[in-house]
Order: sequence, then C-alpha cells, then structure tokens
Amino acid sequence: MKNSLSINQRTNMLYKMAVFIIVVFFLFLTLFPFYWVFRTSVAPQQSVFANPTALWPPHATLLNYTRVLGLIDSETAIKMGGSGQKVNFFLNIYNSFLVSIGVTFFQVLFSSMAAYVFARLHFRFRDNLFSLYVSTLMIPGIVTMLPNFILVKQLGLLNSYWGIMAPTLLMTPFAVFFLRQFFLRINKELEEAAYLDGAGYLKTFIEVILPISTTALTTLAVITFITAWNDYMWPLIVGKKESIRTLTVALAIFRLQTPQGQPDWSGMMAGTTLAMIPTFGIFILFGRKIVDSIGFSGFR
Amino acid sequence: MKGIKNVSSHTTREHIIALFFIFPSLIGFSMFFLVPTLRGFWLSFTNWDLLSKAEFIGFKNYKALITDPDFWHSLFITFQYVLWNIPIQTVLALVLAMIMERSTSSVLVRSLFLIPWLLPNVVVALLWLWMMDPAIGIINEIIKAVGFKSVPFLFSDTLSLPSVAAINIWRHMGYTALIVFAGIQGFPKEVEEAALIDGAGPWKRFFTILIPYLKPVLAFVVITSVIGSFQIYDTIAVTTKGGPVNATYVIYLYIFKNGFESYRMGYATAVSMVLFLILIGISFLQMRLSRANESDF
Repeated sequence: MKNSLSINQRTNMLYKMAVFIIVVFFLFLTLFPFYWVFRTSVAPQQSVFANPTALWPPHATLLNYTRVLGLIDSETAIKMGGSGQKVNFFLNIYNSFLVSIGVTFFQVLFSSMAAYVFARLHFRFRDNLFSLYVSTLMIPGIVTMLPNFILVKQLGLLNSYWGIMAPTLLMTPFAVFFLRQFFLRINKELEEAAYLDGAGYLKTFIEVILPISTTALTTLAVITFITAWNDYMWPLIVGKKESIRTLTVALAIFRLQTPQGQPDWSGMMAGTTLAMIPTFGIFILFGRKIVDSIGFSGFR
Repeated sequence: MKGIKNVSSHTTREHIIALFFIFPSLIGFSMFFLVPTLRGFWLSFTNWDLLSKAEFIGFKNYKALITDPDFWHSLFITFQYVLWNIPIQTVLALVLAMIMERSTSSVLVRSLFLIPWLLPNVVVALLWLWMMDPAIGIINEIIKAVGFKSVPFLFSDTLSLPSVAAINIWRHMGYTALIVFAGIQGFPKEVEEAALIDGAGPWKRFFTILIPYLKPVLAFVVITSVIGSFQIYDTIAVTTKGGPVNATYVIYLYIFKNGFESYRMGYATAVSMVLFLILIGISFLQMRLSRANESDF
C-alpha cells in the first residue's frame, strides 16, 4: 500500500514537471525574440556580424538609437553602417502618437454617445440602424479601404493627419457594439435615481453612465489605441509623405533600404524596439484588463 | 391632460438628444463604412482608373478576373496559407490553453502570452526577418551549430509561405489560447468527475468530453482566425513582398497592386467583392458544419 502511494506520487511529480517544462518552453518561445531584438539593437554594427550568437554583444552601445532617432549627422551614420538616408524615427513616433491618441479619444467619445442611444434612448428605426451598424462588422477591410482611399483623395486629405485618422475617427461598428453591450447591463435604477433628481439625459450620461463604465471605456480605449498604433496598410496608402509617416510605415521603408549590401540590422532592431515600447507600457498598465476582456468579449 | 403633454414633450426631447448623440457616429458610419461598401459594389462594374471618368462596363471586371491566372494564383496561395496557418495555430492554442489550465493560476504568466498579439504586424515581421536571416540570424546560427546547412526560410520558394504562417502563428497563438482558456474555465467540474468515476482515461476524457464541450469556442476561434488569415497583408509586404517568384503572392497583395499601384480601381474593387463573397461563404459553411451555436451539453 505504502509502495503504490509513492509510485502515484512519483507519476504525479513527473506529470507536474512535464507541464512545468512545457510552460517554460512556450514562455521562452514567446519572450526570447524580444530579448534578441533588444540585444541586437545595442550591438555595434561590426559585432552584429562578428558575434551573431553572443548572448550579449561586446561593446554594447546606445548609438543605434541616437542614429535612428536622427540625432547623429549622416556622415557618422554611414560610417556606422547606416544607409546615410535621413532616418528620423523621432518624427515618426510623434506622428504615430498623434494619430493614435486622436483616433482613440474621438472614437471612444463618439462611440460611447451612440452606444448610449442604442442602449437606452428610443426613436423610430433605432434597432434597424443598430443592425445596419453591426452588419458591417463582417465586411473585410479592403472592401471599404479602396473607396475610402478615393474619398480621402477627393476630399484633398491625402498626406495629412486627418486623412490617416478619418475612417476611424468618429466611430467603428465594433466600438459602438462593444459599448452598447456593456451599457445594456448597467442597472437602470441608478439612472432612474438621477432622473428623479431632475438630471437630463446629457447629465445622466456624463455623471452616471460614463463613471460606471470606466472599465469598458478603458478596455476599448486600449484596443483602439493599439489598433491605430499597429495599423500599416491605411497609413501606407494615404500617408506616404515623409513628414506625416507613421512609425510602422517608416520601419517598413527602412527595411527596404539595404546599404552596403546588408540590411542595417542594428538600426532596424533599434527602431523595432522603439515601436514596441508603447505596447509594453500598455501591457504593464492594462495587461490584466485586456486578459479579462478576452474572456468577456472574445467569446461570451 | 398635463400628464399627456409631459409625456409627449418628454419623448420629443428624447428624440432630439438621441439625434444629437448619435449624429457624429452616423456621419462616420455613412462616410466610411456604409457608402464605401455600396460605392465599392458600384465601382466593381466600372473601369475607373482615378483619372478619367468612370464608365459602366457591366460584368467585364468579373469576367476578366475569372480568366486572369494571377487572380487564381493569388487565391490558391491564400488558401494554402490558411491551410498552413489555421490547423497548427488552433492545435497549439488548445495545447497551450490546457497547459495554462493545469499549471498556473497566475494571471501575469497567462498575460505574457498575449504580448506578441499586441504588437504591430510590421514589428513582428521585422523581428522574425532578423531571427530567420539565412546569413546571421540566430535560428540559422543554431541550425548550423547543430551541424545542418543554413535554411533560407523566407527566401525560398517552398519555405516562404510556411515561414510566414509560422510568424503569424507565433503572433496569434497566445491570444487564441486565452480565448480557449476562457472557454475551459466554464467547463462543469461535475462532468469531469462523473467521467473519472466511469473510469475514462485522460485521452478519452479529452476527446469525448472536453472537445465537444468546447465546440462553440473552437468554432468561434476557427472562423475568426480563418477570416483574419485570408486578409494577410502586412507580414508579407514587409518580409517577402509576394516573392520569391510569387510564392507568397496572396489575394490582398493582388488587390493592393491593382488598386493602389496600377490604379485599376474598378478591377480591384471587383476582386475585393469576390473576396467578400468567399468569406461570407466560408463563415456560413463553418457555422453549418460545426453547428457553432450549440455545445453538446
């Protein structure tokens, strides 16, 4: 009896160890590439080629960053293996932030107003209109992107921040849908109390609905910001001009330049690291919220 | 009387407020979602090139694309890509979700798997372009150290498509696993216990109890990732640009080239409409096949 118990314990331990090893393996697979990008971004150009396997590059330096941020004159940059073409990710980061924050603020604001109407106020054809909103969720991006490009061109907004922001500035069907589902679950008694106190719809919306919904609003804002920050195809077609290029577009163009026959790996990885910083920041601040929202909106 | 008047003015005010609140979103919706869809549909029957006036040409674009070998090639490549991507991604996500459920209750550890999904496609593509580099990428350095020849992942006409699929599997695996994990969380413990008492082994319990229970979640995951993976663009645009020798020339690249490089707007919208139809067809088919709305419980 004693013996069989210890066998059980042993298989149990083996099982636990196997599970642990698999988790560690998956974690390594997920996280190692980030380390490798960072490692490369601090490697001097020569050591990228001389020590391709070194876990930490000899003579680590931050010069790649100053170089891609446009803080070093082009002669020095060429000497270091740069393309010599002017790279100024500083400007691109600024552009990306401007566009993403603009889209996030206005989209969440206007979508929450619309969602409130769909959840609480009544007017004719309200539900038909909502079904129409929702039905466009299915449409693949490229279907609207081609006509939207034409529209933005006809409006004279090509190569402008407004042009990049336009399609998602006022709403997305997803945002309205997401918030409406949340508003529907708010206890009506809270609003009725506000009505009895003589508050109008506007006041109720601002003083009752919005404060209760901080979780949903934050989640939506995070999703919207990340989507805007990550977007590539749309800013590529409407924002080619250097002065308003977003970071993703600039990075893709940077990759196409192959100075001295070889890609400028350390510079490219410095740019890549810079593009990841906001994502990691958001992850640290809101990671838990995002994970929770996947259980909520992802399926259920 | 007073009461009735109050009610009616109350509803008028409600209407005005409703209109005022919904107005911005309605503008955005009409301008950038509804009208473009209808306009795209109309444009697909024209030969517009952005310069001259659009001319109605009936089904000519649709007839032209049916006879264009490039269209069929890009469609074929896209299907192939989906077939590389989805089965592996779904199985890995399922495994990871099971492992998450068994190993850790830490939200932090689970959330770490989400990071790749949060990053820009462009960043993920550059990261793997570097890791997979045939000359000095770390993966090939390891392959060489073990004694094999360097593998030209993204630069080989046979390996480039699966390599792109691998990149996207890496980006989406954790996210997908978390959705499945959320599904597993709802699994009724009594059912598992009953099966244990009946003497069902772990594999039997997995395939005859857990998988059927998870069917709606899995169907959701598969449908959304199939639709997403039909629309692959960024990763390929940054890494292989459709090459080598058109080995990764997917449908989005084909549309992009016709629309934004050759300015054949009419033709490009026609292709996008066909893609739309295919996606509707696929989601419909998958809903039917998996009876997605019903779990077997």
